[in-house]
Amino acid sequence: MADQASFAEQAMEHMPSLFAAAMRMTRNKADAEDLVQETYLKAYRAFGGFQEGTNLRAWLYRILTNTFINIYRAKKRRPDESNLEDVEDLYLYRRLGGLEGAQAGRSAEDEVLDSFTEGEVKGALEALPDQFRMAVLLADVEGFQYKEIAEILDIPIGTVMSRLHRGRRALQKSLFEFGRQRRLVDQPVAQP
Amino acid sequence: MDQDEKPSTTPTVAVNCSEAVHVLYHFLDGELTPERKLLIEYHLDACHPCLEAFEFEVELRQLIKQRCREQVPDELRLRIKELLASEATATGTKGGGGTFPPA
Repeated sequence: MADQASFAEQAMEHMPSLFAAAMRMTRNKADAEDLVQETYLKAYRAFGGFQEGTNLRAWLYRILTNTFINIYRAKKRRPDESNLEDVEDLYLYRRLGGLEGAQAGRSAEDEVLDSFTEGEVKGALEALPDQFRMAVLLADVEGFQYKEIAEILDIPIGTVMSRLHRGRRALQKSLFEFGRQRRLVDQPVAQP
Repeated sequence: MDQDEKPSTTPTVAVNCSEAVHVLYHFLDGELTPERKLLIEYHLDACHPCLEAFEFEVELRQLIKQRCREQVPDELRLRIKELLASEATATGTKGGGGTFPPA
């Protein structure tokens, strides 16, 4: 059993990453602030049940995601699993000419990568449907393992993997579109 | 199966490019078994195009992580501190915690 008095001491350091995650989930600052505040309040009240020595960060994320789902998903109860198209492996790398030009080195691809702005990367991530966004966020931004993500989102590991893989590919496609709009990538737009 | 009983240190089954790319994410996520991880490492040692592709994915992931940072507003940090403090006082007056021995 964890001592409530030590909650702040242990939990406050996780606020930057929880707030960043909340920003990606809610897509706006006011809601993200409310979500983080609510998360800390719930976590504080439930801290007596937290098993000291286990993963506090994962526990906090579980409360964050549950709170998010309860508040925001309740408004629109539609499944969004289906509206994500299938995208091939290495989507971005292939589009940047990676596989053919591999002998010449990756400098051109690296340059394109570097040029993606904060707004574009955040925008691409935020464009993903909830379930995919959460999986990608937890894995690629927060660095959680499949097993931890399965526990945080309360879904089977197989589901974590499929959401993660599809979400990552869709994210690459979305980034590629940003690159194309900025003419970073000289891929011709398909003519009608 | 026999292979599962006695894992060999030198892989006897090589993987090809499409098999390597197929498990790319599992590999980068550190979610492959040591035996399979080794098989992919052997492939990457021998296959430059795959190595470049894997490295690109690593860099993309770093980029995503870097670009998604946020600064916590001071006012939020303060608000949460105050909130937790007032919760502590509220439960304290009810004689809840038990961690704060009354005189």
